[in-house]
Amino acid sequence: MDVVLLSRLQFAATTMFHFLFVPLTLGLSIIIAVMETRYVRTGDKTYLQMTKFWSKVFLINFALGVVTGITLEFQFGTNWSRYSAYVGDIFGSLLAIEASVAFFLESTLIGIWVFGWKKLSPKVHAIVMWLVALGSNLSALWIMIANGWMQHPVGFDLVNGRAELNDFAAVIFNKFAILIFLHVIAAAILLSSFVVMGISAYHLLKKQDVDFFTRSFNLALIFGLVSSIVVVIEGDQHAVHVTQTQPAKLAAMEAHWETGTRAPIILFAIPDEKEEKNIIEIGKLPGLLSFLGHHDFNAEVKGLKDFPKEERPPVLLTMLAFRVMVGLGTLFPILMIIGFVIRKRLMENPWYLRAMLFSLPLPYIANEAGWFLAEVGRQPWIVYGMMKTADAVAPISISQVGFSVLGFILIYGLLGFAGIFLIATHAKKGPEAASA
Amino acid sequence: MVLQTIWFFLWGLLWAIFFITDGFDLGIGTFYPFMAKNETEKRTLINAMGPLWDGNEVWLVTAGGVTFAAFPLVYATMFSSLYSALMLLLFALILRGVSFEFRGKVDHPLWRKTWDTCIFIGSFAPALLFGVTFANIFKGIPIDQEGIYQGTLFTLLNPYGLLGGALFVILFLMHGSLWLTIKTQGELHDRAKRYAQKLWPVLLGVIVLFLGASAVFTDLYNNYLAHPPYFLIIIVAAAGLLGIRFYLNQNAFFKAWFASAVTIIGATFFGVSGLFPNLFPSSIKAEYSLTAYNASSSPLTLKIMLIVVIVFIPIVLAYQIWAYSLFTHKITEEDLSYEEAY
Repeated sequence: MDVVLLSRLQFAATTMFHFLFVPLTLGLSIIIAVMETRYVRTGDKTYLQMTKFWSKVFLINFALGVVTGITLEFQFGTNWSRYSAYVGDIFGSLLAIEASVAFFLESTLIGIWVFGWKKLSPKVHAIVMWLVALGSNLSALWIMIANGWMQHPVGFDLVNGRAELNDFAAVIFNKFAILIFLHVIAAAILLSSFVVMGISAYHLLKKQDVDFFTRSFNLALIFGLVSSIVVVIEGDQHAVHVTQTQPAKLAAMEAHWETGTRAPIILFAIPDEKEEKNIIEIGKLPGLLSFLGHHDFNAEVKGLKDFPKEERPPVLLTMLAFRVMVGLGTLFPILMIIGFVIRKRLMENPWYLRAMLFSLPLPYIANEAGWFLAEVGRQPWIVYGMMKTADAVAPISISQVGFSVLGFILIYGLLGFAGIFLIATHAKKGPEAASA
Repeated sequence: MVLQTIWFFLWGLLWAIFFITDGFDLGIGTFYPFMAKNETEKRTLINAMGPLWDGNEVWLVTAGGVTFAAFPLVYATMFSSLYSALMLLLFALILRGVSFEFRGKVDHPLWRKTWDTCIFIGSFAPALLFGVTFANIFKGIPIDQEGIYQGTLFTLLNPYGLLGGALFVILFLMHGSLWLTIKTQGELHDRAKRYAQKLWPVLLGVIVLFLGASAVFTDLYNNYLAHPPYFLIIIVAAAGLLGIRFYLNQNAFFKAWFASAVTIIGATFFGVSGLFPNLFPSSIKAEYSLTAYNASSSPLTLKIMLIVVIVFIPIVLAYQIWAYSLFTHKITEEDLSYEEAY
């Protein structure tokens, strides 16, 4: 274990923990804003109750998202100082813009929203929720522009031993960034729909507050249906772009060793990275990888062997993460379409409600797998093609990192248990308890 | 040169705004276990900062982000050099943030006690660490020519560093008690006022001591001697300090809080102006110091960021002032009975 590996583990664990909460903040803020808007438009008290009930789930989750996010910004300096010095001119400004343009908006207005029920008119109060949703999602936009730049650096010159900005527009309109932003937002809305539908299904199965939870379920269903389809279409576009910008990631995703035309997709493989081949291959679908990467069954796809050994990402992990993400991503629209078909007969189909209840963790797994693929698949680079992760680490000692890893384990352990316990307790209670 | 100078002082300003906004939260959290005598008082204290603390904390994220954007080398060197101190700070702030949200959700003594402790640690530790860290920066940090830190966490705990820590804690305690005089009524209000009155001579003493110690341990006064108008900053800080006393006696609590904010800005700029152009001075050799000139971003980035800041910070200030104006009323039993209250 060295400083690089331990710092990587720390960053991976803290980011993945943070990302347990981010998608629900992004998606549920929009869903709650819609609920509150409907209340303001129609005066229907059920929508008010819905707003209040779901906002409790939202707020516990929001607090966890906020506190775990701050540590990430600081870790670039504490653990990845050579990276920070090298890219700060571009990457640092994106983070600073995120804070001043977006994070302020969501954090200030959430306080107004929570404590402002009696102080603001219903209309203004609903607008404040929309601004919270806007702030959260804008925040994601800037973070994805920053991440997009690490994945596919553009708009810079290498001067004075570092990357200096020369084209700001190129950085913010980076196609890679826009594609992952759309992917992340759609996936976040999808996850949020699953949370609302899963919790609603729990109560519908118990025949509690049927009207309340049917409405919640069906509202989330619309978001879920649209976003599950958007994720797939958008993911396909993204795969083509990755093929052009990060061919090694694509090859590792598919454990594809030999460059060739009509490249196959292998449903499952166990790669042997030393021998540069797959030990086991199950289900070979010829031409499909060429199609995935180039939308042409005959296109040539570069294999891993054409990349120097030290520039290949870990094949097994990248491949597994991709399979988990795509497998679940395929399941989601199916579940949503079934739901749409039987949306008026939910109570007569308890099997579907049960399926949706038990599916609640799945979009979390899919979201984490997606990030795993994006970040592990980028290795060994921290900035693709420019700087290796191993060269980015700070001149700190292993004991310092050990100390902070231990601290994170303890504190995030406490937070994780307390947070899940609180959300679960509240979710089980139902709307009466919430507005009592 | 001009851009870098502007950014240097903007950097100081953002830290100062963070200290005057989140400063009162950290102060209230620090005396929280001592001042509040029962559950209602505890909840009153938490709800006094309830709607605002989150937005306040973003000033820290912005100050950090701006350090990264405008002075990447400083961000890299400062944060990695101060690794352990920063991690402790982050852990503390994490605990504080979730405590507000979690504490009221379960009605069990052990649960509440746990988060009460976290609120105290999560407020006191950051107040102390900010003071210790900034005092050490004023004094100079043992970094070599590679920007590598030649010390440990305990290097920071020298007398001048600890004095800085004490200064920040007391500044924030004062700022917090004054905020409570605005936000509370009855017995709690009177108690907060007495806290502020008792703290005042302590604060005066620590400030005088700090100003004196800075002459012994730091080079801050070199800038003051070279540019005598700089001494105005100390006069402003002193005026703020006197203002606290004056307005407190007049029961003009909002003005007293404002005077306390002026004192905090004065204290921050006392150090920042003395540092100029150093951002992270080396105590090993002056040439190793990171300055606004040798550690900044490219002119293009500085320009773009300046536009961002000039456009967005006033917007942020506008809606934060709106938030403050919505929540300056005194907290009542009725407020605490709302389901949304912490």
